[in-house]
Amino acid sequence: MHIKEEKVERHVLAVLVDNEAGILARIAGMFTARGYNIESLTVADISADHAISRITIATNGPPHVIEQIIAQLDRLVPVHSVRDLTEAGPHVQRELALVKVSGKGENRIEAMRLADVYRARVVDATTESFVFEITGAPDKIQTFVGLMREVGLVEVGRTGVVAIGRGPDVA
Amino acid sequence: MIMELKVAEKSGAEILVQTLLDLGVDTVFGYPGGAVLPIYDALYDHPKIKHILVRHEQAATHAAEGYARSTGKPGVVLVTSGPGATNAVTGITDALMDSIPMVVITGQVATNLIGSDAFQEADTVGITRHCTKHNYLVKQPSDLAGVLTEAFHIATQGRPGPVVVDIPKNVQVAEAEFRSHNGKINPRYQPQIDGDFKAINEAAEMIMQAKAPILYTGGGIINSGPNASETLCQLAELTGAPVTSTLMGLGAFPASSEQWLGMLGMHGTFEANMAMNRADLVVCLGARFDDRITGRIDAFSPNSKKIHVDIDRSSVNKTIRVDLPVIGDVGRVMEQLLAVLKGRKFNAPDYEEWWARIKGWRATNCLAYPESKTEIMPQEAIRKLWEATHERSPIITTEVGQHQMWAAQHFDFEKPNKWLTSGGLGTMGYGLPAAIGAQLGDPDALVIDIAGEASIQMNIQELGTASQYRLPVKIFILNNEYMGMVRQWQELTYESRYSNSYSDSLPDFIKLAESYGWTGILIEDPSDLETGIKKMIETDGPVLVDCRVAKLANCFPMIPSGAAHTDMLLTPEDVKGTMDDNAKALV
Repeated sequence: MHIKEEKVERHVLAVLVDNEAGILARIAGMFTARGYNIESLTVADISADHAISRITIATNGPPHVIEQIIAQLDRLVPVHSVRDLTEAGPHVQRELALVKVSGKGENRIEAMRLADVYRARVVDATTESFVFEITGAPDKIQTFVGLMREVGLVEVGRTGVVAIGRGPDVA
Repeated sequence: MIMELKVAEKSGAEILVQTLLDLGVDTVFGYPGGAVLPIYDALYDHPKIKHILVRHEQAATHAAEGYARSTGKPGVVLVTSGPGATNAVTGITDALMDSIPMVVITGQVATNLIGSDAFQEADTVGITRHCTKHNYLVKQPSDLAGVLTEAFHIATQGRPGPVVVDIPKNVQVAEAEFRSHNGKINPRYQPQIDGDFKAINEAAEMIMQAKAPILYTGGGIINSGPNASETLCQLAELTGAPVTSTLMGLGAFPASSEQWLGMLGMHGTFEANMAMNRADLVVCLGARFDDRITGRIDAFSPNSKKIHVDIDRSSVNKTIRVDLPVIGDVGRVMEQLLAVLKGRKFNAPDYEEWWARIKGWRATNCLAYPESKTEIMPQEAIRKLWEATHERSPIITTEVGQHQMWAAQHFDFEKPNKWLTSGGLGTMGYGLPAAIGAQLGDPDALVIDIAGEASIQMNIQELGTASQYRLPVKIFILNNEYMGMVRQWQELTYESRYSNSYSDSLPDFIKLAESYGWTGILIEDPSDLETGIKKMIETDGPVLVDCRVAKLANCFPMIPSGAAHTDMLLTPEDVKGTMDDNAKALV
């Protein structure tokens, strides 16, 4: 007997929650308990009175699992709303990364050149290293980090994706 | 001089007890310990709250479930920190799976000690996060009344479930101003009650076009209240459709009705499963397409349109895709549906062909069992128990295993809230404490725990609880000296290699009962069955019956793991004794 794998698709969900202790554990725990995947998860409070946080979750799974993930999230008492941005239509996804490269000579010049092409900013520099700050859609970051690997990447930190729908409507 | 109106300060423990009183709580199942001593001290002054001292915290949770399931009111549990809370986890999980409203108050070490591995410390909120509907750690006595009120709201509204409120000892001792929160509307959790009007209309349309409809009902109807059962009867009458039910839904529809097909699923009737398979419309009312119900998913009711009425959106399309979900309280949605059908002057066709086919399936007489003059057949014992007691409308609880399925098959229920069993989690040891809880909820009722000799030992210590509170609970043990369902599966799947399923070193149940002040009755011979049952009913106080039944009887009919509704095993002759790995891997 072999265990079958199903075809998965990636979805980005925007979840509004009460900003209270344990909410992140509740959400992350629900994903592990039910065997769902988290690709990335970001959270920050977004309301003037600090009462509401917005959690952006990038997840993947077959369509029927995505549907369940949304329903299960919606069922948690501190969750106000769940919106599937992938399903809802055009939206902007952004991620920030800090990328450290070290080296001298040709690699260093090449890293600088590529950073320029990718609109990455230098936020720290020594004679043998740079730290670049780059913002963009996840695949752009992915490509940039891949290129940096070839010219002396030593460390990378990524925020995970945040996303918002295009146009005047509110999620 | 302006006098400022001061609200009196009370300790957290007093606020807790006062809030319980405000919320109408009259019974609490619990067990004291270090981290709840302030609460127990506060209870000492409030005899209006009846505290039932169990013998093990797991039993407190099952007793609360039994109380809740039979009365419709939430069950309340009070246990200490650490082992008190961890012992309660099984019952909490059971309540989550079977949607039982329950509030569990756990003591916790003082807030300054949390995280320090203090004596009897456990991360109760962490441990119970996934086996509760919601849980709380209360860090200020001023939050207590609000949190408890919300806890009861969440436990009872929407799809019911267990809520844990963890209260550190210093929060129980510290004082705060007390204001009652009772009656305040909770804006945070407001589940949808009424079904969407468009969906109701569509459902009515589908019912009006069906040629072979079936109503598939579940525990949601019981949870919705007795009115929902009445509405179901009206809906069944108006539509003329056959009715089947899950294990949890038994009693919502009277078994004496002509339209009743019996339970469906793994140990359901042939006619119920065949009707589900051949139906052109399945109306699922407060059930959740559990794997015990569906059998093989791709072969489940393949030619039907499906309507799913459920208050929990996450139940919809979880395992079975449906054509029309209706989110709302099932009782309310059925009322709406009835109104629309009546408004459209719907007159049920007589479904002549459909009922003719059902009649054919019924003729299989699938619940028949071999008779014996020398041994008591367990099915016969259940039937005799029903014959002797059904006029008193008894409350039946069960443990888990063969006896549970035989009880579901052979004991007929006419009314809701009379059948208490652990369905989703399948917890052995549920029946005795649940019977205790049910008896407290209705002191005059005849309450019988139908048990197996293995299951009953999982919470046997509760014999003492029943004695202490003079509860005339009856236990009817179908004793076959085996963990019968395990043995049956080993016979079906593992060529009768009975690995660890024999109940060795059994106690003398009669002497055990007597040592707790119970009456013990032994029934060994088929000719003594009726008199033994009669004696059990006529004896005042708690009675334990040790009924020795045929050791190797199996529970049929049965859909083996991974099989379709149409592949039921009806008799022992259908059993092959082996199974492929794919089927073995299924629960």
